[in-house]
Amino acid sequence: MELNKDLVAASATPLVLAILAEGESYGYAIIKRVAELSGGEWQWTDGMLYPVLHRLERQRLVSAKWGESETGRKRKYYRITRDGLAQLDLQRQQWRVVDRTLHGIWAKASLA
Amino acid sequence: MSALGPDTENQIAQWREYLRRRAAIHGSDVAELEDHLRSQVSTLMVSGLDEQEAFLVAVKRMGSLDGLSREFAREHSDRLWKQLVVLSERSDGGSRDDHFLVVVLLAIVAALAIKLPALFGVSMDGGEEVYFRNAGVLVLPLLTGYFAWRRRLSLVALVWLALGFLVAALFANLYPFSERSDTQVLSILHLPIALWFAVGVAYVGGSWFSSTRRMDFVRFSGELFIYYVLIALGGGVLAAFTVMLFSSIGKEPDEFVGLWLVPCGAAAAVIVGSWLVEAKQSVIENMAPVLTRLFTPLFALVFLAFLVTSMWSGNPVDLRRDLLIAFDLLLILVVGLVLYSASARDPRAAPGFSDIMQLVLIASAIAVDAVALAAIAGRISEFGFTPNRIAALGENLILLLNLAGSGWFYARFLRGQGSFTDLERWQIAFLPIYCGWAACVVVGFPPMFEYR
Repeated sequence: MELNKDLVAASATPLVLAILAEGESYGYAIIKRVAELSGGEWQWTDGMLYPVLHRLERQRLVSAKWGESETGRKRKYYRITRDGLAQLDLQRQQWRVVDRTLHGIWAKASLA
Repeated sequence: MSALGPDTENQIAQWREYLRRRAAIHGSDVAELEDHLRSQVSTLMVSGLDEQEAFLVAVKRMGSLDGLSREFAREHSDRLWKQLVVLSERSDGGSRDDHFLVVVLLAIVAALAIKLPALFGVSMDGGEEVYFRNAGVLVLPLLTGYFAWRRRLSLVALVWLALGFLVAALFANLYPFSERSDTQVLSILHLPIALWFAVGVAYVGGSWFSSTRRMDFVRFSGELFIYYVLIALGGGVLAAFTVMLFSSIGKEPDEFVGLWLVPCGAAAAVIVGSWLVEAKQSVIENMAPVLTRLFTPLFALVFLAFLVTSMWSGNPVDLRRDLLIAFDLLLILVVGLVLYSASARDPRAAPGFSDIMQLVLIASAIAVDAVALAAIAGRISEFGFTPNRIAALGENLILLLNLAGSGWFYARFLRGQGSFTDLERWQIAFLPIYCGWAACVVVGFPPMFEYR
């Protein structure tokens, strides 16, 4: 499904942080994980992930270092920082409110 | 993973080249994206696609080059400031030639504007101070107008800016300065500084609270300074040859050079220089960082040598009249070095040798200034408070505070406790303070010291 651009932009931060909270990862693996989690419904233009990662790096929510892939290519690995974990926690609380609110109204709407 | 065939390798190389041409996407980003592309290709090939298909699908999923470049530009706006000109030109719909015409016209208007007081019967020969007092008010509105036009500033912002210039013109002309007044000289020196921020508001297109745009303005100011010095050197040569040629045929062009060529040229150069910075940024862009890199260690060395020598010899600082101003200039220079090396630095890069050098420079400059300030503080009552001294002392304290904060942020950054952006923000937060102080000196000092 094509998700609204603003919605993708808003949810990208908590999504990427949550995936990195599972462990160190890199761009392509993050995209694969998103596809896996959404059952393939979340269609991301792959390249758009990287500006998000760079922003998180600038905000020091994640740290990055260059390493090697299993085939010896240069690959940039990202890891969540302590600030990132705190930010993730905050976002999780905020999203819970959004989720609960929408859930409530939609449950009623479907009855009508 | 199976190696890819030469055709696909070629195509990937081509794709990499396309990416590289985008100003917002740097080499290391290209490497990161290429790793992604290759991972995608091999996954798709495992699921049954042939190499060609896999490559096409992977490129498609990566997104269009324009879209990608735009997203990168949004995050890395610092890399893109030189592209702003090109982009805004396209959205203007006007051609480059139109634009050039406007610049030439503005430069001519600026050259004439500087002579405006002549209409009110004030000759440049004898009434210099009127011209000096009004130079900023006459020339900078044109530059502000130029940026307002380029950035399509809102009407509200325009009205506020116009009001600002009007108020500045009133304060420049209504005070009854006495003959050879110190506060008049202060007003002449500080008014352009205060007005420069009006130019800044227009330059950033009204988004004054965006720290990246403010940093762009800082960069612009530095580059303009470099261009202006170059133009001034050229102008000096032009003036010298004008005098030489005409005096060789028995005509004395001194009056023309002194009253027309130099002042009108200096005014027009502000517009032309600004346009050059905007249009040809990439030429000089790399110069400010090179200059700061070159001179940061040298200045640090001189400061350290000074400190050691003064301690070793025990010679007290000789307190001459203009000493405070000289130390102000020294601090301005150090703040400039810090500011421009910060503006040219990739904020995400890890701390390195040049950062340590910066910290040494800041610390030694603070120590040097402290030596001078201590000497002055001890004898301030003896000197009395003149407007010059209070202005110089105020500036010294502001700059010292700036450097102390910068040093603190650098130290934190070097110990890995803060990000470089903190330091940038600190530097940028000072811009309104400079403006406020300059305005204070222009508005408050003359009545406070009875226009002496």
